[in-house]
Amino acid sequence: MSKHTITLTVNGQEQTHEVDARLLLVHFIRENLNLTGTHIGCDSTSCGACTVHLNGRAVKSCTVFAVQANGKSVETIEALAAAGNLHPLQEGFWEKHGLQCGYCTPGMIMSAKDLLEKNPDPTEEEIRWAISGNLCRCTGYNKIVEAIQYAAEKLREKEPVA
Amino acid sequence: MIPGEFDYYSPTTLDEALSLLQEHGDDAKILAGGQSLIPAMRYRLAVPEVLIDINNLTELEYVREDNGHLTIGAMTRESDLEESTLVKEKYHLLADTAEVIADPLVRNMATVGGNLAHSDPANDHPATMLAYNAKIIALGPAGTRVIPIDDFFTGLFENALEENEILTQIRLPRPGPNSGGAYIKVERKVGDYAISAIAVQLTMDGDTCTAARIGLTNLSPTPMRAKNAEQALIGQVITPDVLEAAGQAAAAECNPSADLRGSVDYKRDLTRVLTKRALTKAIERAKGA
Repeated sequence: MSKHTITLTVNGQEQTHEVDARLLLVHFIRENLNLTGTHIGCDSTSCGACTVHLNGRAVKSCTVFAVQANGKSVETIEALAAAGNLHPLQEGFWEKHGLQCGYCTPGMIMSAKDLLEKNPDPTEEEIRWAISGNLCRCTGYNKIVEAIQYAAEKLREKEPVA
Repeated sequence: MIPGEFDYYSPTTLDEALSLLQEHGDDAKILAGGQSLIPAMRYRLAVPEVLIDINNLTELEYVREDNGHLTIGAMTRESDLEESTLVKEKYHLLADTAEVIADPLVRNMATVGGNLAHSDPANDHPATMLAYNAKIIALGPAGTRVIPIDDFFTGLFENALEENEILTQIRLPRPGPNSGGAYIKVERKVGDYAISAIAVQLTMDGDTCTAARIGLTNLSPTPMRAKNAEQALIGQVITPDVLEAAGQAAAAECNPSADLRGSVDYKRDLTRVLTKRALTKAIERAKGA
């Protein structure tokens, strides 16, 4: 079994680690980096609770090997309120009650962030489409959609769409 | 769940990838998007000794038209296909397919080449590429080989690629005038495999169908065309009776298994209905409606 030295940027900080080839990115994030905001839900590429950004794209970190992140940037939920202030998406989930148990929330937020970076003014249908890889068993999704709409509006106020 | 142990290589050139493949033979698996392979490794359904990760071969990520073909690099992500203006405007069957593969998170990693090389009849691209009459381009130690899609799928998870070949490109003929295509899939939920899905690419001359190819998803152990349904259409003036005959032909010639998604009878009847719907949509597009 091969071991590898990887250098990657995690939430803006470059770091170097030694990993086994078979270590999954989600285990690396939770156990080696102690960033436990990223959750493990289904462990079968179904639920999206483990969603992080890899080079700016939302992916299921249970379905990527840590060694594949070598030379890339990883962003986890911890990056969003790094300055101590809630990100508009986090504020939206708070204001609109976008969570009950909260287990799916980090993944939902990372998927929504990918959407809003590409499409700052999505329709309701586009929002539902974008989170279709994330399962929530509590809310029935309506409140999550409202939370993302709230965040989209806040973000557009900050940076008006040309 | 934790995958078994393996040695990992991440070549930065195709030549390097080929020589690694040559060296390790059938102990090695190519890691493309990994969205089928990594789950299989977590379940220990696949226990490769060596992984050759080709994600750094960014030269294999492109979608472009040349010489009357759409050429797709094997490492093109499904999400790039989904967002391609070229695909949306001219390759409707492919655009329909790209947006219903798995879910958006999986599509950010999953690749077109991986989808085909995995050769799972439940995957969506096999039926679509059969309907397009695509060509698979493979690179091996002896050079490049062109494999017609009709010769590519040889069994469940099996295809015509040699052990030492890498699938590098998929080539689709640009649809001519009065051509249209559509993909219609019914799934229990986003991210599940199809209960039944139909890929159609056809050409019309007025109300007469002059050419048609139909691919079926998750309805047989090997990805298949509905050739009897095609024959029910070609040369015919399209009427509701002709569409029904094509639907019934597809329902009869497919070979689904009963599973959690439904009984054989249900899947056949769904196939009849979806074939008619996909044909209707493709004909509307061919007529520019």
